[in-house]
Amino acid sequence: MAGFIRKIFWEAVDAFEERTGLIKFFGDIARHPVPPNTGWWYVFGSAVLVCFIMQVVTGIALATRYVASSGSAYQVLNYITYRAVLGSLLRGMHFFGASLMILLVGIHMIQVFLMGCYKYPREFNWITGVMLLFLTVAMGFTGQLLRWDQTAVWATVLAAEMLGRTPFIGTYLARFLLGGRTLGGATLSRFLAFHVFFLPAAIFMIVAIHLYLVIHDGISAPPVPGVKVNPKTYRAEYEKLLEERGVPFWPDVAWRDVVVAFGVVATIVGLAYFVGPPGLGQPPNPSLLANDPSPDWYMLWYYAVLALLPPGMESVFMIAAPACAVIFLLLVPVLWNKGERHPSRRPWAVAAVLMIVLSIVGFWIEGSRAPWSPKFDAKPLSAALVGTTSLPIVTGAQLFHDKGCEFCHMVDGQGGMRGPDLTDVAHRLSVNDLRIKIANGGGNMPSFAGLLTHDELDNLVAFLESRTTMPSARLNRVTQHNSNFADVVRDRH
Amino acid sequence: MASETHEPDRGEVLSPERRRFLGRLSIALSAIAAAMAGIPVIGFIFGPLIQSEEPVWRRVGAVNDFQIGNTVKVSFEDPSPMVWAGVTSLTASWLRRLDADRFVAFTVDCSHLGCPVRWLPTAGLFMCPCHGGVYYADGSVASGPPPHALFKYPVRVRDGQVEIMASAIPIY
Repeated sequence: MAGFIRKIFWEAVDAFEERTGLIKFFGDIARHPVPPNTGWWYVFGSAVLVCFIMQVVTGIALATRYVASSGSAYQVLNYITYRAVLGSLLRGMHFFGASLMILLVGIHMIQVFLMGCYKYPREFNWITGVMLLFLTVAMGFTGQLLRWDQTAVWATVLAAEMLGRTPFIGTYLARFLLGGRTLGGATLSRFLAFHVFFLPAAIFMIVAIHLYLVIHDGISAPPVPGVKVNPKTYRAEYEKLLEERGVPFWPDVAWRDVVVAFGVVATIVGLAYFVGPPGLGQPPNPSLLANDPSPDWYMLWYYAVLALLPPGMESVFMIAAPACAVIFLLLVPVLWNKGERHPSRRPWAVAAVLMIVLSIVGFWIEGSRAPWSPKFDAKPLSAALVGTTSLPIVTGAQLFHDKGCEFCHMVDGQGGMRGPDLTDVAHRLSVNDLRIKIANGGGNMPSFAGLLTHDELDNLVAFLESRTTMPSARLNRVTQHNSNFADVVRDRH
Repeated sequence: MASETHEPDRGEVLSPERRRFLGRLSIALSAIAAAMAGIPVIGFIFGPLIQSEEPVWRRVGAVNDFQIGNTVKVSFEDPSPMVWAGVTSLTASWLRRLDADRFVAFTVDCSHLGCPVRWLPTAGLFMCPCHGGVYYADGSVASGPPPHALFKYPVRVRDGQVEIMASAIPIY
């Protein structure tokens, strides 16, 4: 009986193959020869593909519950996260899948660049890879907005304002993003259409071309110092290498991809289980203003760049920098498509990657600190921090909070970081310097000339003049201040 | 008997001119069909760019609800609320009563990147949480990155009610 079933099975397989040829087609692809010694550096491309498949699968599952209605999506997300069976795990998998995909796209790109894999004849594979990089980031951004809470709402307004800076067509681009002139019913449906139809369709198409080119041009051999790419001889040399030393992709090479794919899936599921999905903020009500919108982690560095730019450069940078980045990345294989591949012979390539990575990490750290954001929740300085019961100083300390100084300036570790730390400002600025600075403002500080009465200014300066790092010095200055300050005030009046 | 050789039947043999014509015809028909289907699709997707939304007056409270000199947040519906928009159809403004019958209403969107500015009543300043942009009480830029003053909505008093003209999100 078993023999009969086996016979029927193989006859069916043969009939299928005779009519479709698919087994041979995919078998040939799986067993196509690749250069030897590719090793673990070559696993990142397939790892990205695994992430993308995870995103498609978890995304489809989430779509079975998600409602793309501006008025209901927040409640649905609450339901998925807190009530639906395995909903929290699935949202977490989708979030960490996206995060890992962006991280691995970056690593894959660095590996391809450093190993010179983008050189002849693989220029178009690099170009499709650049397209996939930006599509992946666009997927991440639209995905963050589908997490339709207050942060998503304000992030949408922020993106619309950024697009609005584009010369000539900015307003139209902003309206296209919002789905109208205001944020509302049409906005979320638009993001859903981009996130689940337009962008994935583009990714599927370009991934297909990317993979076709991998088969068509073959996997690049590991770079060897001194062995240069010469477009005139490369094809013949590559064919000879495969003929003499080539190994079948499956299973000789593919096993590493499978091991890494397992690690990727385990990492995503593990993070989703142990860390969970990002929490939902307040409801998506644009009339609630207690919000400090910031992007998800992978765009935080760019957010920091925009925050640190001189205001005059901002509009140009917002539009020109991404455009220049795209053009530069697309030109990389055009400008440097031959010659040395090994990183040890391309120090400028290594330096460029190091500089970009360190810059991104630096901006990312700064973005996570966000020292430019006022600290609205700063509490008034305690009596212990004020350190005296002298009335002008105590009143000045209260004004320091009430007038918003504390939101931007820190004293003894309390307050914002936007302006200079004033813990020991008395060492740096005299009474007159303080008066001039407070009255005139400058840089990122407003002028308080019309916002403070004479008495308030006196008290505020009295408080700041009492700020020194040494407790004993502080006490002395407080004592001195009480006599000197009276003189200054008397002189001024 | 001599065997006869038959030419295989190739069907209609096209002349090069006709082949060229049919090729061009096929491409033209495909392009026209794509345009017939594509223009409505593209028009629908890009419709919001040209669709007009008339500003409308929204009541935000009775005149006597507001104290002279005070700046308060008022919420109202945007000019084109859709029934499925829920709370996202709401928007807000910082409204100040200047005297008995004059009001001024500022947008809540920072002119830098649109973040929601807050009014600090004891300081008499508007401040943005994102990048620390600061505005004076009259909406003019006090410091930081904002390139423009805060946008002001038209305000009027009708039948003892304060009305704000709800309009598009100001794209600076």
